[in-house]
Formats: sequence, structure tokens, C-alpha cells
Amino acid sequence: MERYVLTITVFLPLLGGLIVLLIPRGNDRVMKQVALITAALTFLVSVWLLWPFDIGRQGMQLEERYLWIPGIGINYHLGLDGLSLPLVILTTLLTLLSIVYSWRIDMRLKEYLFLFLLLETGMLGVFVSLDFFLFYVFWEVSLVPMYFLIGIWGGPRREYAAIKFFLYTLIGSLAMLLAILVLYFNAEPRTFGMLELIRQQPLARLPALAGLAFWGFFLAFAIKVPMWPFHTWLPDAHVEAPTAGSVILAAILLKMGTYGFLRISLPMLPEAFKQYAPIVAVLALIGIVYGALVAMAQPDLKKLVAYSSVNHMGYVMLGIAAAAAAAGDAAKATSATIALNGAVFEMIAHGIITGALFLIVGVIYDYRAHTRGVDDFGGLWARLPTYSGITILAMLASLGLPALMGFVAEFLVFVGSFGVFPELTVVAVFGVLFSAAMFLWTIQRIFLGPLNERWAKLPDLDLREAIALVPLAAVMIVFGVYPRPLLDVINIAMSSLVSGIK
Amino acid sequence: MPIPPEDLWALAPEFWLTGLGLLLILLDLFTDRSRKGIVGWIAIAGLLLSLLPILAMLGQPARTAFFNTYAVDGFAVFFKAIIVGSTILVILAATDYFRGQTSYEGELYILLVFTALGLVLMAGSADLILLALAIEFVSLTSYVLAGYFKTDAKSTEAGIKYFLFGAGATAVMIYGFSILYGLTGETGLYAIAERIRTAPQPALVVGLSLSLAGFGFKISMVPFHQWTPDVYEGAPTPIAAYLSVASKAAGFAALVRLLLVTFAPTGFDWVTLIAGLAAVSMTVGNLLALPQGNIKRMLAYSSISHAGFLLIAVAAFRGDFGTPGLLMYILAYTFTNLGAFFVAMAVGQRLGSDVIADYAGLAQRSPWLALLMLFFMLSLTGIPPLAGFFGKFYILGGAINNGLLWLAIVGIVNSVISLYYYVNVIRVMYLLPATSPEPVREPPALRVALGITALGTLIVGLFPQPFINLVGTATLLLRF
Repeated sequence: MERYVLTITVFLPLLGGLIVLLIPRGNDRVMKQVALITAALTFLVSVWLLWPFDIGRQGMQLEERYLWIPGIGINYHLGLDGLSLPLVILTTLLTLLSIVYSWRIDMRLKEYLFLFLLLETGMLGVFVSLDFFLFYVFWEVSLVPMYFLIGIWGGPRREYAAIKFFLYTLIGSLAMLLAILVLYFNAEPRTFGMLELIRQQPLARLPALAGLAFWGFFLAFAIKVPMWPFHTWLPDAHVEAPTAGSVILAAILLKMGTYGFLRISLPMLPEAFKQYAPIVAVLALIGIVYGALVAMAQPDLKKLVAYSSVNHMGYVMLGIAAAAAAAGDAAKATSATIALNGAVFEMIAHGIITGALFLIVGVIYDYRAHTRGVDDFGGLWARLPTYSGITILAMLASLGLPALMGFVAEFLVFVGSFGVFPELTVVAVFGVLFSAAMFLWTIQRIFLGPLNERWAKLPDLDLREAIALVPLAAVMIVFGVYPRPLLDVINIAMSSLVSGIK
Repeated sequence: MPIPPEDLWALAPEFWLTGLGLLLILLDLFTDRSRKGIVGWIAIAGLLLSLLPILAMLGQPARTAFFNTYAVDGFAVFFKAIIVGSTILVILAATDYFRGQTSYEGELYILLVFTALGLVLMAGSADLILLALAIEFVSLTSYVLAGYFKTDAKSTEAGIKYFLFGAGATAVMIYGFSILYGLTGETGLYAIAERIRTAPQPALVVGLSLSLAGFGFKISMVPFHQWTPDVYEGAPTPIAAYLSVASKAAGFAALVRLLLVTFAPTGFDWVTLIAGLAAVSMTVGNLLALPQGNIKRMLAYSSISHAGFLLIAVAAFRGDFGTPGLLMYILAYTFTNLGAFFVAMAVGQRLGSDVIADYAGLAQRSPWLALLMLFFMLSLTGIPPLAGFFGKFYILGGAINNGLLWLAIVGIVNSVISLYYYVNVIRVMYLLPATSPEPVREPPALRVALGITALGTLIVGLFPQPFINLVGTATLLLRF
């Protein structure tokens, strides 16, 4: 099993999805059960990866490599390292919880479940591909299901949001395709192998082409992250997507962008990235401040969480930009490693926390109040103690309260990037103030104060909602108090990334 | 001069097609009106058999026949296979479509076989006169096919329009040919190539530009594209499908041969000219496709933009990405575009409408048909892992490899634009509610044709290695 475990992890969801397609109409229960079992099995397999995975070892593990299109040097090449492992488990966990949460979906159920599982295959594939062609295929495969999830099961402006999402990301994808081809044609021998390209550094002596390739990748990843000013698709997509779609979008699809910066831009084009790192850092900083301020002004709870994503992904990008600016500078290697550790930790933390926040918004909107207006509530704590407790926990984690996951991430990012961009980091720390203010004010408006009589009869979390939310809350606390196991996994990969950049 | 027997063998497919056409005429005479479908089936069988000599020639060394007037090289053979293959698929898909719509069903299959013969000749012609004859031959049969439904005003209009534009374009092209002849005193492409080096540059520009009119008309290149939407809309859908694929492929074969054999030795920078035309065709086709509400008109404008994309490959027809790029794209485009037209045929036949809005809720009414259309639309956009993506991948690679990065950028910008109107079809099929729960059923023969095109679209995208090998043998273009 060890030899094929990555292939199994990636394609198990697709297999389950195909089985769902074969179930005749009307058997909704069976479809849900098959989807749930598939997602659970995938999660278990991905957790099982922790056993064969050697945490202390640098480089790729559990590699699989077969010829795919030998005529032009394309391989089916998968591998796992300390960067991809946490993302893989995050993906399988959130897909599982999303399917649990989606239990009450009844409209076009078969397509819904199939698309969700197909999406999971696409996302997992992105995180474990080590061949550019394969990477690109998975990257695009994850695009189409999301279009449908937003477009069919979304809110009132779903069609607009879906096509906007599709167009934006496709622009990025095609820019990336050009960059990939530029790398390919300048490599000697030509290859699409990502590890081989990192070793060769084909554009090291061609600064103009390296700049072009860098901006090509940048466009693809920055749209996905999304960085300011490429973020405008995000509020639309998040607000219109069905709850589980928002969860996946925020928790995992956005990470594909930052993952790209870490896996591709940084090691493959270090000089170009170093040169343009200040620009990236400033954009990240604008994202941090802008995201927090705009979120504060949102009357719509879902939009508020969406903009808080812009803010949080800004921290990730600040850490990555700091590491890029420090590339090749031995004196700053420690700062760079810390910043990257923080960035990856923030990716996971944001996945868990924002995933939970979107579920929380869904719980109140989909099945209870049918409104998301922050000002429509008030005093809910008295009515819904469990729900309120988890929500407040997630929001505090998001604003970076110590002993919760978000704090560890932000702290590391700031410590690391302060060594490289001290001025920018100081401004970014003020961004934390804004997001703290935003979340505290939100908590106050929704949960404190007099109870709005309209909601006097709302029921608290039911069992399925609790099953979807409690694991996330637990993870927030566990890794907030004791982040070491996760940091150990990340740290080896990040320190080898930093030391690999000459 | 005696004709060597190898020359006759080299023309086996052409002879076979001629014989098949004549046989079908006879057969049609003696077939009862209600059983004309037999003519179609025999045509399919005969075309399938003609693939045998064509495929047998694939690996063989390139040569010319009949005193250097006809090239038999991997390049021509590849296009012959594409042309015959798409003829088979179109007849297969159309048998049910034509039954009952016209009382001249048998003649239609005969005309299609003869058109295929003309297209095959176009792909191999290495002489200006033979080329002009082949193009005229194809045009004549195509005019009749486009206007086949005599009682249908739109079909008649399509026929007339196609004829008028075609006659004009051919006249201009032949004028261009005459200039080339005047400059060199030769009609054979290889002979012209030998002498053209000394020809004055301005005369060359005029000769090439005028000749391009004829090819531009066949491949629907801007500015010779105006006929395309009206003809595709008015012509019977299977004929539109055929024109968009087979006729276009043959046009590209002839164009590439003329450019690479004849103009490559001159110092004239035709690459920039073609690159410019590529950019304009892509952009104009895509922008005009955006507001279309009729599926056939949309596919017409999309085929103009695909012609532009293929022209990138013509401009970058060098190296190990550029040369196979054109062929790979044509292969992918053949499967995908035929498939899209076949779905339009099935829907048009059952709903009596080609309006995209009438596809509303097709995913509920006929999940399979909608799923296939989804594949075809995504493949035309260039989303992996479908064939269209692999074609684009090759062409973009070829452009970058040959220093045409700007053109590759124009290409990707256009791909993004095209997403909008392709996804519109998907949106209508999947996102909008069905107006009636009644399923849209496709006849069995059409189902087989759809299955083949869908499989092709998937397999070329997922396991392209065998096709890379095939295309590799076909890049062998006999040059001067």
C-alpha cells in the first residue's frame, strides 16, 4: 500500500464520486452514505500517511513516478513533504466535515456529491503533484466543480459569482501555463519535473524571462490567494456559494495560491522573487489592512468572514515575501525560516478557523434565521449557548488570541518578517488591531446585549452540526496550546526550502 | 512520358474514393426511396475501407507522384485520415437527420463522398493548377450541400451566400496564382520554389496576399470570414459540422504546404503576416461570438477564432512543438467540434430550435447529452484533461519556442474571452431550470457518433502519447 498510497489518497474521492453517479435516482440516503464513507476513508488514509512519513527527513517522501507522456517528458509524479502533508490532511478533514454538514441538501443531490468528491481529488492532486503538467491538470480540475457548486447551489447572484470566479481563475491559470512553458523550453534537458526544474534553475541567468515567468506565476497564485487588488472575485464567490462550498473555497482553494508561491515561485525563481519581494510585501500589507477595515464595515456576516480571509491571507503572503527578500542572505536565514513556518502555520490555521466560521454562518443562515445581517441579531448567547461558545472561540482564534491557533501563526509571521521588513511588519501589527476590533465588535453585536425577540425560539446546534464544528474547535485549541507537532512537520520542509535557495 | 506504377499505388485512396462515389450513384438509382439509408451505410463502409490504404502509407517515405504535382507525404496522409474520418462521423450522425427532411437523401451521401475526395486532393496538391481545381471541386459540392434544403429559405440563402463569397474568393486566389506563375514560369510548387528566390519582393507580397484569399475563405480566417455564421446557421447542421472541420483542415493543409514549400526559400517575412492574421482572427471571432444566441452561429464564430489559433501554429511551424502543434490541434478540434455540432443536431432535431436558451435544463432532461456537451465546451475552451487543452498546450509551446511570445499571450487572452460564451452553454444546460421534463432522445447512429467524438476528446487529452507518435510521423512535410 505504501507504494501507491498517494495515488489512492488522490483518486479515492473520484472513485467514490463515480459510484455515487451510478446509484439510481431516488436513493438519496445511499448516495449520502457512499459519499460520507468515501470522504471518511480518504481522511483515514491521509491520516495514515503520518506513519510511513518520516518527519525528520528532508525532501520528498512516498514518491510515485511513472511515465505518462514520455514524448515530451511528462511524468505522473507524486510526492509528499512537510508542506504538503498538513494541507492534504486539512483537505480531507474539511471535505469530510463539509459532507457531514451538507446532509440536508436535497436538490440535485447526486451531482452535488459527485462534484464535491471530484473537487477533493483536484485539490489533493495539486498538493502532491511534482510534475508541472500534472499540477496544471489538477489545478484546473479543481476549478470546474467549484463553478457548478456556486452556480447551482449558490445564493441569489450565483450565476454572476460563478462565472466571475471561473474567469478570474482561468486568467491566472493560463498565465501560469505560459510561465510553465517558458521554464520548460529553457531547461536543459527540457522537463516538466518540478524538482528537476528547481535543481536546474533554468532561468537563473535570464533575468528578463525570469521576471516574466515570475509575474505569470504571480498572477495565477495572487488571484487564487487572493491578494489585493486581485481579490474582487472572492466576496462574490464566498457570499453566493453554498455553505460547504464557501468552507472549501476559503479553507483549501485559497491555500493553493500560497502553496504555489512556496512550492514554485520561491524555489524555482528565487532571484526574481527576491527582486520583486518588496512589491509583494506591500500588496500583502495592503491586503491585511484593507481586508480588516472592509470586513469591519460589512453588515453581512458571510461577507465579513470573506474579507477577513483577505486579511489573513495577507499575513501568509507577508511571511512568504519576507522569506523571498531574505533569499540567499545567510544572516537572515533564521528569520526567513521563522516567517515561512508562520506562513504555513497560518495557512493551516486559517483553513481550520475560517472553515469553521463559514460553517457557523451557514448554521444560522441556512436552517435557522435565514438572515446574515450582523445587526439583525443580538443577545444570542443566552439562547444558543453551544453555538455561541464555538463561534466566539473561532472568532477569538481568528483575531489571534493567545493559546489559540491563529496567535501562533501570526506571532511567527511577525517575528520572522520583522527581521526582513521591520517597517512593514510594524504596520501589519496594527492590522491585527483592526481585525481584533472587527471580531470583538461582531461578537458584541450578535451575541451580547438584549435578545432580539425574533430569535427567541431558535434551536441550538443539532448533532450533525456539532459533529462538523467540534473537531475544528478542538484543533484550534490543541494546536494553539501545543503547536509543536505541526510545527515540526512544517519546519523541516521550510528550513530545507530556505537552505536550498542559493 | 509513361506513368510509373508506384504513382498509381500512391493514389490508391483517391482512386478508391472516386470509385466509391461512382458506385454510390449507381446504387442510389436502384434503391427504393424509403431505403436510401443503405446508400449512407455503404458510403460509410467504403470510406472505412479507404482508411486502410491511407493508414498503410503513414510510415512510408515521402514522395511525389505524377511529375511532382502531387505530394504523398506523412503530412498529407494525416490530413487525408482526418478528412475521411470526419466524413464517416458526419454521415453516421446524419443518417437519421436527413431521413424525412429531404427526398434526395441518397445524393447527399454521394456529394459528401465526392467532397471528401476533393478535400483529400487539396491536402496533397503540389501544383497550383491541381490545387485550384481541387478547391473549386470542393467548393462546388459544398455550395450544393449548404443549400440542400431547397424549400428552406435559410438553407437556400446559405447556399447562395456561400457560392457568391466562394466564387469571389476563388477568383482572387487564382489571380494570385497567376502572379506566382508569371514570376517564375512554373505551376509546380517545388519548381516555383526553385526560382522564386530572385522574384521581386512587392510582386511576391501581392501574389501571396491574393492567394491567401482563397485559403482564408476555406479556413474562415478574418477578413474572409463573413460567410461563416450565415452559412453555418442556414446549412443543414451536419453540413455545417462538416464544413467547420473537414473543409477547414484541408484548407490548412494546402495553406501550410504553399507557405512552407514555396515561400520558405524567399526572404519574405510571411511569419509576421500570418501571426498578425492569427491575432486578428482569434480576437474578432471571439468578440463576435460573445453576443450570439444561436448555437450554430456561436459555433461559427468560435470556429473563426479557432482558425486564428491554428494560424498561430502555422506561424510557428518549426521545431518539435510548433510542427506537431498544428496537427495535434486539428486532431483535437476535429473530435471536439464535431461532437459539439452533433449535440446541436440532436437537440435541434428534437426541439426544432438552435437557440441556446432552449437548451435550458438539458442536464435534467438528457443528462448524457448535456454531459457530452459540457465536455465539448470545456475542450473548446481548453480546460484539461480534455483534447482541446492538449492542442492549445502544444500550440502555445510552439509559439513560445519560436519567439512568438506576444502571440501566445494574445492566444491566452482569447482563451479567457472564449470561456465566457462556452460556459454560457454550460450555464444554460446546468444552471437554468428545464422548461419541460420530456427527455431529448438522440437516434442510435448519432449516439455512436457522439460516443466516438467524446471518447476521442477524452483520450487525446488523457493519454496523448499514441497521438504524439502519430503526429510525429505526420510532420514529415516534403519540402523543397
